[in-house]
Amino acid sequence: MTDDDDRVFKALADPTRRFLLDRLFARDGRTLTELESELEMTRFGVMKHLRVLEDAGLVVTRRSGREKLHFLNPVPIRLIHNRWIDKYNERQVSALADLKAQLEEQT
Amino acid sequence: MTSTVQTTTTQVYRVYIKASAQAIWDAITQPEWTNRYGYTGYVEYDLHPGGHYKVRPGEEFKATSEAMGNKLPDIIIEGEVLEADPPHKLVTTFRMLMDPQMAAEPFTRITHEIKQLDGYCSLTLTHELDGAPHLASIVGGAMEEYGAGGGHAWVLSDLKTLLETGSSFANTDS
Repeated sequence: MTDDDDRVFKALADPTRRFLLDRLFARDGRTLTELESELEMTRFGVMKHLRVLEDAGLVVTRRSGREKLHFLNPVPIRLIHNRWIDKYNERQVSALADLKAQLEEQT
Repeated sequence: MTSTVQTTTTQVYRVYIKASAQAIWDAITQPEWTNRYGYTGYVEYDLHPGGHYKVRPGEEFKATSEAMGNKLPDIIIEGEVLEADPPHKLVTTFRMLMDPQMAAEPFTRITHEIKQLDGYCSLTLTHELDGAPHLASIVGGAMEEYGAGGGHAWVLSDLKTLLETGSSFANTDS
């Protein structure tokens, strides 16, 4: 589990990889050729980044005829959201609820 | 080759779950499981090609929806089983009947694939959504802030949590 999180955070800790995810978010199911055309980088370089994203589960590939299409998989981000972010939101919400209770008690 | 720029209406999701392929299969196909995660509701599958696929809303979902002024039909999702290879592959058609806009869209197609890996499984959900933009935005999670739930990503992460911890994330606060 922790390994999974590590892979996701590492994959996201790179601007090129975040750019690739943003491109897939804008339009899903792209080929390597398409993704490569938007980056000043060799085909091999883009492949390496996609590989890291795939290992982290953030990109899932699927064959369509002769083409390999890349899809953004939001599930790992969702899991991190559940694991970390909701926890802090909850605390904020309960802090606000406490504040409200305290203020109302004073009046 | 013609232009490589084409719009795909397919969505692909994958989650890794520490559970057996059979446990994951059961969690997808048995009503006592499906009412415990994600959108909840009771599935009914006739697991043969040509068999029916239906989802009935759970009591709580029904009540919440009705309180918001949206009375649910008895069946909220319908489809047909195209392929069933337990516990590895399930292909069905899928149409949401919860609101008239989505009910008017054509049947879409969902493939569940479960692969046994070393000590865990991968579950891949592929949803082919040709001609169904409203359903696509719901299952893609784009309508979450309007109370429509987080779509497949939400359902699958919740399914993982349920199978790995015994309680679902979405339903812990209720």
